[in-house]
Amino acid sequence: MQKISEVKQEAIHVSEIIAQNKQKKNVSNLVEKWIPTILFLLASITILTTLGILYTLLSQAIQFFRAVPIWEFFTGAVLKPLSQNPEFGILPLINGTLISTAIAMLVAGPIGLMSAIYLSEYASEKVRRVLKPLLEILAGIPTIVYGFFAFTFVTPLIRSIFPEVGATNILSPGLVMGVMIIPMIASLSEDAMTSVPNAMREGSLAMGATKLETTFKVVIPAAFSGIIASFVLGISRAIGETMIVTIASGSSKNFTFDITQSMQTMTAYIVEVAGGEAAAGTTIYYSLYAVAITLFVFTLLMNLFARYISRKFREEY
Amino acid sequence: MIKQFDETQLKNRMNSRVRNNRIWKFIFFLSTLFGLFVLAILMIRVVMDGISFLHMDFLTGRLSTDPDRAGIMGALLGTVWVVLVVIPVTLIVGVGTAIYLELYAKRGKFKSFIETNISNLAGVPSIVYGLLGLTVFVRMMDFGNVVLAGGLTLSLLVLPILIVSAQEALRAVPGHLAEASYGMGATKWQTIRRVILPAALPSILTGSILSLSRAIGETAPLTVLGIPALLIPFPEGLFDTFTALPMQIYYWTLDSSLVAEYANLAGATIIVLLALLFLLNSVAIFIRNKFQHRY
Repeated sequence: MQKISEVKQEAIHVSEIIAQNKQKKNVSNLVEKWIPTILFLLASITILTTLGILYTLLSQAIQFFRAVPIWEFFTGAVLKPLSQNPEFGILPLINGTLISTAIAMLVAGPIGLMSAIYLSEYASEKVRRVLKPLLEILAGIPTIVYGFFAFTFVTPLIRSIFPEVGATNILSPGLVMGVMIIPMIASLSEDAMTSVPNAMREGSLAMGATKLETTFKVVIPAAFSGIIASFVLGISRAIGETMIVTIASGSSKNFTFDITQSMQTMTAYIVEVAGGEAAAGTTIYYSLYAVAITLFVFTLLMNLFARYISRKFREEY
Repeated sequence: MIKQFDETQLKNRMNSRVRNNRIWKFIFFLSTLFGLFVLAILMIRVVMDGISFLHMDFLTGRLSTDPDRAGIMGALLGTVWVVLVVIPVTLIVGVGTAIYLELYAKRGKFKSFIETNISNLAGVPSIVYGLLGLTVFVRMMDFGNVVLAGGLTLSLLVLPILIVSAQEALRAVPGHLAEASYGMGATKWQTIRRVILPAALPSILTGSILSLSRAIGETAPLTVLGIPALLIPFPEGLFDTFTALPMQIYYWTLDSSLVAEYANLAGATIIVLLALLFLLNSVAIFIRNKFQHRY
């Protein structure tokens, strides 16, 4: 008797389990159906971000170009947003941006490339494993700290040697920005050089070339597209860099080539105007977006160019 | 007649080639050290400036114009509040996007369009994100310059970094794990949730911590959002105005030409910020070494 009832109880359990399982399956079917949609929506946030940036910059910049003709903006050499008769010419800002970028690349280009050569061609595995993480610390330091360093250390240092240099000048932030970009160029160039197959190096060494000759005549030509791409990305980074130049280069809007003087970059102008009292709706406020869209196009072109050359001219081995 | 080569000339030439190699090796080595040399000076400089102002009252005090009474508790709390926004937003959106791209999206134009878009976003200057945040979060959605607006802006900024590292983490999970799971009758989402994600989690966390440390040190977008300099009350929620550590460094550095001690305050704040970043990176390295499986 007891046995039968036990079996009966079990039977109920089984049917219950089947029912439960069916329900579970329904739920899990539902989950399987909806998860891809949810994930797709999450992925489209990145597209929304791009659209948001484009919409923000374009819609506000158009307001600006209603007040200031686009031609005057891009060819004007005078920038006086706060004067009685405001003039909006972007050339002083582009000039400041290009000069600070050039100074930075004069530091970061050669030193970054030579570091990459050392790390990929000369350093032993042991030395590499110590030096590389140390260099990466440089890349992890927030730019505001570099700004502090440029303003309170590098500028006074330069001024103690060359007293005619201004308290704010483009030279000091340019140099510091260069140091900031060294690890980026070093590690990207090193990647390009280490991906050159060893057989090519060995072939050159076997022909009697020294390591130096192998580096310059075999490895660098083979890795050239990657090295150029790293330089272009470095330039793009320098153009977009904000805090170092904002702090150490001041806000003079003069169109000058004198690197001992204060110059304003596009990024620093955006910080000055956005942080200032310019009310929303004024021409000064809208000028912010016109400058920003110029900056955006500059860096976008650089990034696309870097990707193009590293794809187009990549040597396949 | 066979032209014989001049042995001394050959020797000289060989010597000079070898010497060149040695000289340049030394120059390359010095270049590598140059970056580290500047790093050392920077560190020494910051510590020398800041260490005398770094005491308990400085960490727990409120902001003040008086250098002797100024503290950074408010900025520290502001940074913590921002982090509390950035972590969930970037993890959900970033990992979700990575899963979609790696495991659901079909190879094709659409996938490569999204991926190109992400790598372009990674190259957009941070200040442009500031303008996006100012226009969309601060003005259009009318949040004002509050924690939520700052946190969302910084989330969008670091999202591309996190997505790319999460994609790499997912790609590194070997296919046979997923196949075993399918073989046991698991569905796709069950496999992702119980097999692939746990296996990729250490790498994802490492990437997320690294992108977080980028968000913590970022200043430019915050300046555009109009984050105030001298804010006495502490932030207590997502809709409170706030200031953050890098903003405090920025204002103190700018005003150091007016009050000399502000440079010391900036130095002390930098020490706190760098210590925080160092801590985060150590955690990331610890997770990577401790939990990462090699298949």
